[in-house]
Amino acid sequence: MKSAAGYHGIPRWLYVIAALGGLLVVLPLVAMLAKVNWAQFVPLITSDSSMAALGLSLRTSAASTVLCIVLGVPLALVLARGEFPGQRLLRSFVLLPLVLPPVVGGIALLYTFGRQGLLGKSLEVAGIQIAFSTTAVVLAQTFVALPFLVVSLEGALRSAGSRYEAVAATLGARPTTVLRRVTLPLVLPGLASGAVLSFARSLGEFGATLTFAGSLEGVTRTLPLEIYLQRETDADAAVALSLVLVAVAVAVVGLSYGRRRSTTPSAVQA
Amino acid sequence: MSLNLADGETVAVLGPNGAGKSTLLGVIAGLLRPDSGSARIGGRELFTLDAGSHFWSPPHVRGTALLAQDALLFPHLNALDNVAFGPRSAGSSTAAARESAQHWLAEVDALPLANRKPAQLSGGQAQRVAVARALAAEPELLLLDEPMAALDIHAAPLLRRVLKRVLEGRKAIIVTHDILDAYMLADRVIVVESGRIAEEGPTRQVLERPRSHFAAGLAGLNLVAGSISPEGITTPDGRVFAGQHDPGWSPLPGQTGVAAFPPSSVSVFLGDVHGSPRNSFPVTITDLEPHGDQIRVRASSGSSAEALSADITPAASADLGLVPGMDVRFVVKAALVSVYPA
Amino acid sequence: MSLKKSIIAVSVAAGLAAALTACGGATPAATPSGSSSTSQLSGTVTVFAAASLKSTFIQLAKDFEAKNPGTKVTLSFAGSSDLVTQISQGAPADVFASADTKNMTKLADAKLLDGTATNFATNVLEIAVPPSNPASITSFADLAKSGVKVVMCASQVPCGAATDTVEKASGVTLTPVSEESSVTDVLGKVTSGEADAGLVYVTDVKGAGDKVKGIPFPESDKAVNTYPIGTVSSSQNKELAAAFIAAVTSEAGKKVLGDAGFGAP
Repeated sequence: MKSAAGYHGIPRWLYVIAALGGLLVVLPLVAMLAKVNWAQFVPLITSDSSMAALGLSLRTSAASTVLCIVLGVPLALVLARGEFPGQRLLRSFVLLPLVLPPVVGGIALLYTFGRQGLLGKSLEVAGIQIAFSTTAVVLAQTFVALPFLVVSLEGALRSAGSRYEAVAATLGARPTTVLRRVTLPLVLPGLASGAVLSFARSLGEFGATLTFAGSLEGVTRTLPLEIYLQRETDADAAVALSLVLVAVAVAVVGLSYGRRRSTTPSAVQA
Repeated sequence: MSLNLADGETVAVLGPNGAGKSTLLGVIAGLLRPDSGSARIGGRELFTLDAGSHFWSPPHVRGTALLAQDALLFPHLNALDNVAFGPRSAGSSTAAARESAQHWLAEVDALPLANRKPAQLSGGQAQRVAVARALAAEPELLLLDEPMAALDIHAAPLLRRVLKRVLEGRKAIIVTHDILDAYMLADRVIVVESGRIAEEGPTRQVLERPRSHFAAGLAGLNLVAGSISPEGITTPDGRVFAGQHDPGWSPLPGQTGVAAFPPSSVSVFLGDVHGSPRNSFPVTITDLEPHGDQIRVRASSGSSAEALSADITPAASADLGLVPGMDVRFVVKAALVSVYPA
Repeated sequence: MSLKKSIIAVSVAAGLAAALTACGGATPAATPSGSSSTSQLSGTVTVFAAASLKSTFIQLAKDFEAKNPGTKVTLSFAGSSDLVTQISQGAPADVFASADTKNMTKLADAKLLDGTATNFATNVLEIAVPPSNPASITSFADLAKSGVKVVMCASQVPCGAATDTVEKASGVTLTPVSEESSVTDVLGKVTSGEADAGLVYVTDVKGAGDKVKGIPFPESDKAVNTYPIGTVSSSQNKELAAAFIAAVTSEAGKKVLGDAGFGAP
């Protein structure tokens, strides 16, 4: 007897279209794999500039993911559970970086934090220089990656509802205790997948970084920028580095999905 | 709506769905904000929302613990840590809180479940752990919102026994549909209909001599309201219900009263009845349902479509050929009708 | 139904276009030096040109279309190496104008250059500073002063290679705050005020007008970028391509280029 998989109700023709969708994503990757110069692969990706770019990408993406969590959790909570005028408007603005071309985002950041920018002038007086620094890279990545975390977490918060929080309050827990011991532990899976998405987006960020932070090896030239530069002269290096970027992204996403499956509840015993 | 609770007293709030019972508990617990009103526990004010003053305390300082029909145990903590949640929020160390949790789990006969996660508990077990959790928070007032409603007929009695034991000497308000809960757990009963208090009083008194339709329905009695007359009562549309009133009570003519009689005292006839009994009136059958080993005939009577029931044997129902929509006559002996003030 | 119609419409248009270009190819070309108004040229010529040639080639294309009614010039601007990649992957181009000889050589190595290329212009570097010149730059050596935020092209692109040559020749080593992948980005950093100075082409400074101040320096002669132009071997309209190239290298063409700041080839 077959395992009790149950009726899933997916018509057969849907599989065909799904396969096409899958192919659209997978085939270009395969084409790229085919063009890799395998003989030169290791020297290409372990060159000084490649290693510097990879290290910088990982460091800045990690930093911007942390920043996304620190800023995104309160934002998501307020959007999901709060009630205040202008809430809808705030949500639209938070989602703006999703539709804005990253280059436009970079320009906007420049107008804010650049030397002539809104805040930049005051910052420069205080001795803080953001332009051309690694900080600028982290800012650019956070700007584009924040919506991913907020959207993911807000969805999880909405579907979780606030019944447990109400119960916790009646048991005598202060709002901060409720947040710490009830709300956050319950949406940890949503938070984790949001963080993974933010990390992946930060890793691939290009347009805003280029416009806002500049491109200097070891300081601001992240892996995507290195690939952009290498393709001018060394297509082999560009493809090899692209493969590295894809591999890192796949690893990170794969890790997060593996973790999620382990949080399904165990069987109920009578 | 206003209600008072004496020390150690358990009050049951009864009423039909949508009457506002859960809202009442929500307001007391601090989860809902009314337009106006006030509440206090002992000398401590919970909230005052009047034209003059505006004071609202948040739920976590009120000293009220809420238990709903859904146990709502925190899924990520085991039973012990769930129960320990209250003490820990109050500032106890983890060890002290766990000790208190074990004490309360033992009180509700759930100590063996201490290390289980909520997903591993049955409905009845989860509710008992939830009771322990609410008590461990040492509330001044315990609020229970239909705690047995989601339990099956095997789990409910166990929880009822546990509640009877722990509610002894404790201030509690329990919202329920179940008359057994009221009898077993409550000292007093309040009947709420459409956001207003229809009647209140000691449990036995309300349920044996109900004055509101809902309480009568719970108690399984037919209730007809009207004004007292020499024979019994006269309904607003002119029908007379002959009945007996307490010998010691002299009703004033015209005083509002009710006539109550059990369905078992009602006989069903098809055509006109011989002997012209005093209480015989036409009704239209609305429903037939099994009730124990009898058939309960539900009908509506008079221009006000008053709902009345009669219990007859299945054989009699079959002989009469009763079906919904049929016009029949209900006959009740006056000696079986009790009349008392509303 | 409408999808089908659009597919048919596109195929018909494509067929017509093919027929037209074929016709254009069969017609004998006008003589290269001809400025005759009775030209037998017609059809569309697709020109892939380096980004730094944008404003000049737009002008040259207009002039060409005016002189040869019935012709159309389609322009595509990008980084020179990007254009070579596109052409070698099959993008339809008739003419390729590169910002350096290296990329033209790449095209030739890929057997995509018809015949030889013609050098038609040169470009040298110039220092661009914001109009107020906040860092008081007057020479190439000033760029190496501490605290100066200088932006240049990365070595992998032509303007970066030129900058490296100048650095070596003058013995001044720069520590830039950013090495951009295109000269447009370098210029952008200067016009936005982020950088104190940037190394761009003379033509970029001229094109930016009031937004930047240009500071020429003698060492720029050490690194001259030569711009070649040639016909792509896969072109369907080689005669028209040759005519366009002739227009670029003509006296009129030289004037347009010179006005923009390009040097003689």
